[in-house]
Amino acid sequence: MLKLGVPSKGRLMEKTFQWFGDRNIEMNKAEDREYAGDVAGVDGVTLVLLSAGEIPRELAAGRIHLGVTGSDLVREKLAGWSGRVEELAKMGFGHADLVIAVPQFWVDVDTLDDLDAAAAAFRARHGHRLRIATKYHRLMRDYLRENGVADYQLVDSQGATEGTVRNETAEAIADITSTGDTLRANHLKMLSDGPVHASQATLFRSLSAEWDAAAKARLADLSERLGLTL
Amino acid sequence: MSDAASGPGTDRKAAERLCGERLLSAFLAAGAERVEPDILLPADTLLDLYGEDIRTRAFVTAGPDGGEAMLRPDFTVPVVQRHMATRADPARYAYAGEIFRRQMDADRPPEYVQTGFEIFGGDAADADAEVFALIHELLRALRPRIATGDTGILTAAIAGLDTSDRRKAALTRHIWRPKRFRALLDRFAGKSPPPPGRAALLKMADPMARTGPEIGLRSRAEVEARIAALRADAEEPPLSRNLVALIDAILDLSATSRDALERLRDLAVDLPAIAPSVDGVARRLDAMAARGIDVDTLPFEGSHGRSTMEYYDGFVFTFQLPQRPDLPPLATGGRYDALTRRLGGGASMQAVGGVIRPAVMLEGGAGC
Repeated sequence: MLKLGVPSKGRLMEKTFQWFGDRNIEMNKAEDREYAGDVAGVDGVTLVLLSAGEIPRELAAGRIHLGVTGSDLVREKLAGWSGRVEELAKMGFGHADLVIAVPQFWVDVDTLDDLDAAAAAFRARHGHRLRIATKYHRLMRDYLRENGVADYQLVDSQGATEGTVRNETAEAIADITSTGDTLRANHLKMLSDGPVHASQATLFRSLSAEWDAAAKARLADLSERLGLTL
Repeated sequence: MSDAASGPGTDRKAAERLCGERLLSAFLAAGAERVEPDILLPADTLLDLYGEDIRTRAFVTAGPDGGEAMLRPDFTVPVVQRHMATRADPARYAYAGEIFRRQMDADRPPEYVQTGFEIFGGDAADADAEVFALIHELLRALRPRIATGDTGILTAAIAGLDTSDRRKAALTRHIWRPKRFRALLDRFAGKSPPPPGRAALLKMADPMARTGPEIGLRSRAEVEARIAALRADAEEPPLSRNLVALIDAILDLSATSRDALERLRDLAVDLPAIAPSVDGVARRLDAMAARGIDVDTLPFEGSHGRSTMEYYDGFVFTFQLPQRPDLPPLATGGRYDALTRRLGGGASMQAVGGVIRPAVMLEGGAGC
């Protein structure tokens, strides 16, 4: 049996069902049991309904063979993600960009370069690192290290992140935004270098699940149905 | 799997500890005082020093006081802190114990023994040579591949550039981040254009007009100060290609130590600011030769230690098992005067040290 983990509720679940349905694989949530489902149109695949946030962990542990979740969640929750899961298909929905935003009146800060320089001056003046409020710690650390930004620190913010600057618990933020309206309403602007990560719903393959001959055959079958090239 | 069934590497750990203690006795014989820093360290100092990056490398946990604590990611910081509180001069310390590092590579153990030796004060060239020679002797049977360098040369070269203090500070700050260092150097040399939007911003009579309200801790005055700095920078002439070529010559230097010294002496003719550091290299090589090190074959690289050894600001060295690039280094070390300044609350001291990893040593097949 090939275990396929999909989001258990909301638009992400509906869009996932629709994506597979468009490819002639019917998925249904079971009526009587809350977190179970059926797959029709392909043999030997079991549906496992999970919170999208738990799918990365289940993939990494090898308890599911395949899983649908946001590419941001995989990068955030799994250290060294590319050695633990493989991207099979970007599914074209669930788009969300992780962006860094600073106060609009910081007219001197437009790029990561500027942010780095501002952080150096800020630390010298205030005696602590420039604080960036976010819940995407791993994504942010990897991105800022890759881009050579220093003298910052991340402060955890699990909600109402846009308000942290006004409340002086952070100087800048990094959050998921689809439109930018919330940022503008809070007098914040995005850096112009582009998003830290452009996330979308993605079909992942676990590299640690048991891939015996039967599972491999199921995957080959499923891939053909989905038009994937492995 | 069989390893996990019998308890993770019990025998390996015993051998590692034994080897660590044996190495320690050699350091104690060199006059070091044994120190035993805590395993659970307050996270603040380490976070302030290394920044967020340390979280990807260290284990952070809740501390007894509700703050954050860290499982000892290295010995240097607690040893320096201890020393800066007493400030004996000179002083030498040794230690052996576990350190804890998160590993991206699942095959590398997250905890392993380090045995180290640190000298505070004394003559810099001689202390550098003593630490190096001690470790060299302990690892000799393994015929290690050795790399050395001196970050102080690059620092001195930057300090001697014919440019503003602001540009020098920006370059010095990114010595340990080669990619950004290169980007800054190219920008200051006029090789790459200023970022888009910069020119428009600086042309505006009042860049702060019609912008959002002042929110957060970074004040309007700080924004204005940076705009003034950007304006001053735009007025500055580009760094001469000549100077950039000299910096590149230092970074690209890779030769035996004697040849490298000759090359550095040549460079010092055009860049006199590095002359004192080059003299330091010469004195160190003499001190090493006096301790029996063959400096005619000892490799020297201008960039060694730049990407991985932040806070080493002088002599740096690495020992690696030959034919085993898959393993971490056998030993690393160097001079870290700047670290004592950061942790010493304004006071600073000369300090040099090095650590050996017994587990890697045992892989070498020549015992410990």
